[in-house]
Order: sequence, then C-alpha cells, then structure tokens
Amino acid sequence: MEKNLETVFQDKVDQEIKIEPKDWMPEKYRQTLIRQISQHAHSEIVGMLPEGNWITRAPSLRRKAILIAKVQDEAGHGLYLYSAAETLGISRDEMYDQLHTGKAKYSSIFNYPTLTWADIGAIGWLVDGAAILNQIPLCRTSFGPYARAMVRVCKEESFHQRQGFELLLTLSKGTEAQKQMCQDAIDRWWWPSLMMFGPNDDASPHTAQSMKWKIKRFSNDELRQKFIDMIAEQVKVLNMRLPDANLKWNEERKHYDFGKINWEEFWQVVGGNGPCNKQRLDARKKAWADGAWVREAATAYAKKKASLNPSKGGTSETV
Amino acid sequence: MNKSINISTDQLINYLLHLADNSLIMGHRNSEWCGHGPILEQDIAISNIALDLIGQARNFYQYAAIPIKQSTNQPINLTTEDSLAYLRDTREYKNCLLVEQPNGDWAQTILKQFFFSTYQYYLYQQLQNNADDQLKAIAAKALKEVTYHVRWSSEWVIRLGDGTDESKKRLLRAFDELWMFTGELFEPASYELNMSTDFILMKEEWNKKVCSVFEEATIDVPVEKKWHQSGGKTGNHSEHLGLLLAEMQFMQRAYPNSEW
Repeated sequence: MEKNLETVFQDKVDQEIKIEPKDWMPEKYRQTLIRQISQHAHSEIVGMLPEGNWITRAPSLRRKAILIAKVQDEAGHGLYLYSAAETLGISRDEMYDQLHTGKAKYSSIFNYPTLTWADIGAIGWLVDGAAILNQIPLCRTSFGPYARAMVRVCKEESFHQRQGFELLLTLSKGTEAQKQMCQDAIDRWWWPSLMMFGPNDDASPHTAQSMKWKIKRFSNDELRQKFIDMIAEQVKVLNMRLPDANLKWNEERKHYDFGKINWEEFWQVVGGNGPCNKQRLDARKKAWADGAWVREAATAYAKKKASLNPSKGGTSETV
Repeated sequence: MNKSINISTDQLINYLLHLADNSLIMGHRNSEWCGHGPILEQDIAISNIALDLIGQARNFYQYAAIPIKQSTNQPINLTTEDSLAYLRDTREYKNCLLVEQPNGDWAQTILKQFFFSTYQYYLYQQLQNNADDQLKAIAAKALKEVTYHVRWSSEWVIRLGDGTDESKKRLLRAFDELWMFTGELFEPASYELNMSTDFILMKEEWNKKVCSVFEEATIDVPVEKKWHQSGGKTGNHSEHLGLLLAEMQFMQRAYPNSEW
C-alpha cells in the first residue's frame, strides 16, 4: 500500500505535477520541506535585523524610504513562507520556538555585521543576488504552496538586487571616502556570499534526495559558479574588484576560476560562532518576549468580541 | 496661495517645515520598530505608516524648498528635501513635542500614533480646502493615508484597553506619559495663524474622537486636567530630539557634500 502511494507520488513529481498539502507525501519529504521552508522564513525575519540597523541612519530621505520598504518586503516574504510551511502541519509559533531554541537554522550570512552604509548596497547586490539564484529554481519546486510563494518572493528580490547595485554604483561615482566604503563592503561580503550556496556538493548530505523529489534542481556548486560568473562581470561596471587573487576567466571551462573558500569559517558561523549569532537571536527572542502581552491582549479581545457577537466575530481585522 | 490674507513667504516656509518635521520625526520613530514588532503583521503595518509619513514629509520639504530658493539671493542655492531634513539642528526643527517622544512599549507607541494621526486627520481635512493649491494637493493625498492610520491605531487602543488587565495597565501608563504633550497640538504658533485652519474646531473634533475611542476601550481617564508641555513648534524641544537627529543626520554630517 505504502509502496503504491510512494510510486504515485514520485510519478507526479516526475511529471512535474505539483504536490498539494492534502496529497499523500512521504514523511521525509514533508520533514525536509518543513525544515527548508521554515529555515527560509527565519532567514527573511532575521535578515531584517542587519538591514534594519541602518534605517535610522540612512543618508537621504529617498534611501530611507527605499530601505524601510525593502525590510518590510522581507517581513512579507517571511509571512508567505510561514504560511506555506503551515500547510504541512506545523504552526508559526512552533517554528518560532524552533528558531528561538536554536533547533532551526537561518541563513548564516545574517550573522555578519553591517558596519557602514555601503553594506546595505552590498547586501542587496551580493546577498540578494545569491539568494535569487538559489530561489529562482524554487519557483518550480515540486511542492505547490512553496513554489507559488517563491514566485512572489523572486519578483521582489530581483528588485532589491537592482536597488543594491544602484546604491553601490552611486557610491562608486562619489567621493574618495564613498569609493573606499564601497570597496570595503564588497571585500567583507564577497566570501560570506559565496558560502550562501552551502557546502561543496560532495559535502552536502541532502542534495541527492532533494533532487529526486525536485525540491532542489541545481547543485550548490553549479549555482555558486553561476553567481561568480555573473558578479565577476557586474563588478567591472562598479570599477571595483572582488577580493580574490585567483579569480580568473577560464576559456576552456567558459567559467571563472576562483580561490579556496574558507569552510572552517562557514562551519563556525553555522555552529553559532559568527560575529553576530548571539546578537541576532537575542533580538528575535526579545521582540517575541516583549510582544507576549500584546498578543495575549489581542487574543483576549478577539475572544470577548466573538462571544458577544458570535455571528460577526470580532469587530476588527485579524492581527 | 491666498493673497488676500497676506501670508508672508517666511510664514509659509515655517509652516511647511513644521508640517514636514511632524511627519518625518513621527515616521522616523515608527521605523525604529522595523524588525522588532510584537507580531509580524503589525511589524509590516507600522513600517507602512512610517513610509506614508516619510512620504508626506518629503512632499512638504520639496514644496518648502521652492520659496526658500526664491527668497535667498545667493547665486546657487542648494536647498533640497535632504538639506532641510539632515542639515538643520534641534532649535530649527518645528515638530511638536509629541512626535519626538520615545516609542516606549507597544501601548505607548499605539497611543502616540492615535493622538497624532487623529490630529493629522482633522488638520488635513481642513488643509485639503486650503487656498494654496500645492498644500491642498499634498493634504488631500495624505488624508487618505491618515484615515487608515487613525483606524489602525484606534482599533489597537480599543484592543489594548479592553484586552487584558496587563494591556489596560500599560495603556493607562502610556496615557500618563503622553497626555501632557497633546495640548501643544492645538496651540497655534505664529506661523500657523492665518493659514485658514480653525484650531478651536479641530480641538473639539479631536476631543470627541479621543473620548469615543476611550469609551469603547473601556478606559476612564481625566482628559481635561493636567498641565500641558509646549515649545516644540518654536524649537524648544525635549532632550530626545537632539539624540534622534544625531542618529538620523549622522551620514550627512560625517560625509558632507556627497551624493547618496
């Protein structure tokens, strides 16, 4: 019986028919998706922090508005993704709990600090750029709600990437101090961005199964190479350089060769020892704890209203 | 511009800066919540309000820059929305004291928003009929946004007042913190006179709305008593504004004459 269900499931996947929440699915597929989607949602929410760090110091009103709108978009992405994960039978509160206790991960890139205004541009260009390459294939991922959420996310992310590039382009045409700020940000964000694609394929334990289930469509190394090829060209427009002495076009491979990634650093940051791991998690936990009385009040009020007027429910929109 | 009541250029400039400063400082405070809200949906809502307010401030600053440029005789005048926002110091800022107050907890943030948005609502309702076409257009557009801000914040005041004992206690504490800054809203500064706004009517409408929302929130507060602080409109601010500006203006001060 189980075997038949599994065959039906895999047939659907092979034929590119989307799996929907009520369809039968292998338990491991469900768990893999919960892990991946919630990790993605947490990344959006934690990712609001390093960029939010510069909202109150943005150098012009236009930049301030763009940055608020961007960080707000990340919150929106978090919402779509938490909703997509909820269709798999886990609640948003449970996912938050996993984040706060360290059981669930988020993208390690957000454990690096934003030290200057140029970091906001570098995050848009490099971090969102890397995220997009990871995410575009997810628009065709086998699980329907995830794929549909990703279509919206990707549209907004490419907009953010262009904004980030435009921010850096402005700096690159500015004063000496601005140019230095721009190069410094690229120097600091380049290697962590490359690590965003995850470990090398031979060290990536989940890849094969995820490919079979079409949760994943390209390997970490394929996507990383694509990113490097793209950025190595774009950086020329900025008149800046990437901090890798071994970066060189390889005519035979038709790809850029690049230097060795410091995987020791990657695993340290994943393991909780990055410069801002504690700070980021503390900020999320504090927001959640400080908001407890607000959520309780909203729930109490909604209940009161629903009991007074059961046909209409509360007077106010859901919170 | 209504010439018959003879508004001087200085008065118009000061008035526009006052309106812009109110929106900018309030929007800036709201943006401090971004990423730290109690509920993800509300994080988005308050950031949205921050965006609306910063948009309003930009419209007023851009308009103010026109008469400022015309009234100075320097060959090149570099007045822009950004020079007005980032290169004036505390004593030149004309926002009311209410908006510069720290966010405090969610109750304080909500109550501050409710007091301010209700004020903006009645003010813009009058300004959308102003003789000055530009002012009229900005107010009419902003009124649509503010209508939502009033709805959102009053719903939250009601929810917190009629929610749990804890939320009621916090809302009452917020009232104690903020009430003293509401009187200034209806004390016109010299540049607000002759702008065809009826402050007595505005105060009446504001009081009525506040009382009705408080009633629904089941909170009983002495809205008439208490001393009111004022001075913000003429540059006599609380200590909070200097720190806010130090943070907000940091980049423009540290890296002058740069394009961003």
